[in-house]
Amino acid sequence: MSTAATHPPVNAEFTWRRKHLLDLESLSADELRCILDTAAGFKEVSTRSVKKVPALRGRVVVNMFFEDSTRTRCSFTLAAQRLSADILDFTAKASSVSKGETLRDTARNLEAMGVDVIVMRHPAAGAPHYLTRCVDCCVVNAGDGQHEHPTQGLLDIFTVREVKGRIEGLKVAIVGDIAHSRVARSNVWGLTRLGAEVILVAPPTLVSRSFEAMGARVCHHLDAVLAECDVFNMLRVQRERIESVVFPSLEEYSRLFGLTAERLRRCRPDVLVMHPGPINRGVEVASEVADGPNSSVLRQVTNGLAVRMAVLFLCNQAQIGDDRDGSRTSAAGSPHPNPLPPLDSARGRASEGAGGGGAA
Amino acid sequence: MSTPTILIKSGRVIDPANGVDRTADVLVAGGKVRQVAPGIRVDADEVIDAAEKIVCPGLLDIHVHLREPGHEEEETIATGTAAALAGGFTSVACMPNTHPPLDDATAIEFVYRQAERAGHCNVFPIGTITKARAGRELAEMGQMVRAGAVGFSDDGDGVADTGVCYRAMQYVSMFDLPLIQHCQDAGLAGKGVMNAGTVATRLGLPGMPAMAEELMIQRDLVLAADTGARYHVAHVSTAGGVELVRQAKARGVRVTAEACPHHLLLTDEACSGYDPNYKMNPPLRSARDVEALIAGVVDGTIDCLVSDHAPHSAEEKELEFLYAPFGIIGLETALGLYVQTLIQPGHLDWPALVALLTHRPAAIIGRDKGTLSPGADGDVTVIDPDGRWRVRVDALWGKSRNCPYDGMELPARAACAIVGGAVKFGPKV
Repeated sequence: MSTAATHPPVNAEFTWRRKHLLDLESLSADELRCILDTAAGFKEVSTRSVKKVPALRGRVVVNMFFEDSTRTRCSFTLAAQRLSADILDFTAKASSVSKGETLRDTARNLEAMGVDVIVMRHPAAGAPHYLTRCVDCCVVNAGDGQHEHPTQGLLDIFTVREVKGRIEGLKVAIVGDIAHSRVARSNVWGLTRLGAEVILVAPPTLVSRSFEAMGARVCHHLDAVLAECDVFNMLRVQRERIESVVFPSLEEYSRLFGLTAERLRRCRPDVLVMHPGPINRGVEVASEVADGPNSSVLRQVTNGLAVRMAVLFLCNQAQIGDDRDGSRTSAAGSPHPNPLPPLDSARGRASEGAGGGGAA
Repeated sequence: MSTPTILIKSGRVIDPANGVDRTADVLVAGGKVRQVAPGIRVDADEVIDAAEKIVCPGLLDIHVHLREPGHEEEETIATGTAAALAGGFTSVACMPNTHPPLDDATAIEFVYRQAERAGHCNVFPIGTITKARAGRELAEMGQMVRAGAVGFSDDGDGVADTGVCYRAMQYVSMFDLPLIQHCQDAGLAGKGVMNAGTVATRLGLPGMPAMAEELMIQRDLVLAADTGARYHVAHVSTAGGVELVRQAKARGVRVTAEACPHHLLLTDEACSGYDPNYKMNPPLRSARDVEALIAGVVDGTIDCLVSDHAPHSAEEKELEFLYAPFGIIGLETALGLYVQTLIQPGHLDWPALVALLTHRPAAIIGRDKGTLSPGADGDVTVIDPDGRWRVRVDALWGKSRNCPYDGMELPARAACAIVGGAVKFGPKV
């Protein structure tokens, strides 16, 4: 894999061992670098005329989306296709007992069809963690409630590293609806673990002091940090938040926290402006800033593909490694390394119970 | 119906209401406690050897959810009272948030009837404060008192409207029974599913701030002082709440409070794995709150201990943390957890713990229980203070399995429970 000389070298001893990607909180710096470096290699694939590698040929990836999403879903679909995996799309409204099938049943049905990776977007924080207790296949979190969106965090970090050549020592401001943002949480964990300083900028109703416990600085005045930051990641704010009484109007938000052309002039000349999309033009970011030379909005989207290829690839490798080590029983000579799970309905429950007892 | 003569021999008899803590025999006959003395010589139908055991008045738990009527798939009065006996409780007071709620005399009578049919332990129903637990109109509390209600609560929710709560306290003040409040300001608690704080922030889960509990306690204490009503704070969980109760008691407000074992043992860190068995309301709080709760138990600010036994079916509870209902079962693990959190670290001695589980909760619900005075109801619990056991949720007596303590070893357990002069749990049952 190609690694730019400016990046710290990958620990040669390091091997990726996780078959799930649930969050960035639990990843070590080595693990983060491993994904970023693997993604750098896959980014090159996108520049070829034949944009495909056989890394996941014969594997099945399902996009299980319980929330509307266009770009994340498309990005995962393309990523899986470029790795030659078969991809299945599953869309549903978030289930609850009153609304029909439970998440456990849905996932186990898909797994029974021979799925190797479940990519899940879900409105409930922790739903992917719960899913790992229900199924044996790989689980990749594509956004869970207000908890984390690890691949978005990774693609943001990848983009910063690509543009700035490093993460360590940078000052990154994340501006906007921090409290309700899974993107912010993933960015905070990943960036701080790699040595950046993260400043969270929002009115007190959108960022609580408890974020300081995650290692970030909290600031309520965008103007105060304009000159010192290397990166501004502008989060989307939602009109719905006005109804929940967290700020009075989009106009006032924009006046206080929007990155206008005038504010950009007070930033460092090489400042990087990011946005996870979709943009409310004129609210978080002025159009001329979003489309200007400091913006990496489209580059982020391109990089998202490479990062998701890396994640799918690494988690699959770990799963295959698991099987090869014989940690799970596999029918000898089976062409499919992921055997049917045992028909034991108590399985998930028993392991949950044991986990609970341990935690107590 | 004739009841047997039972002689409980050579136990450490702890009867805090009478200042008793000594090795003695206890004689129960004709459904009543007859005598507590060393070396009683009598021709008993049953003799229970209580050497190395603690013999105390039957334990009370004044905050349990028995789910009947309405959610019999989760618990029934019969299964819930069986669980109570296994946990050493000879009396429970059940909360009225059933379906339909216990909001009239007929519903109260129904609970008594079902408890009698089950024939396990005493059940004292608590009625709702408001009709249908809707928080708007007063329920027929006077008729519920006549039917045997021992207090009033809209548990699960607090009475949000201050005007309604004020009227309720005024009204309740004529019965000398407690208004039991689930203290939570609804506007602040919002759609929270765990304690607000750094853990909730990290997990991306909406939080219920400690302030939400403190504010309602503060409001209610003002109302209680004005009306003279007896006011009981259900499952207090915050340091601020404990302090408010402490100060109000010093001012002479008629306030009492209870605490739950999970709030004495666990903090919101336990929610980190998104296991819904750590989702309860009030939520698990911070280590500072746990300390304050224990201090409140030690200095008497907290008057009694309760399990807040809240059964849920697996179908309902084993969901994403955000969607799972609040509550865990607790009747069978409560005693062991009290010993672990209060006696083993040296916060309380046995007589102090027994008081919190006997005459003090009995006084709150105004029942003549919780003593071994001659002529008292023949409710006796025998505790094995060194009876270590491992919790296996599948082996519990209650109907539901929503318990975070599976696999945990607890230091003590009930050995025997006698209700109305008959052995209902323990040897030879």
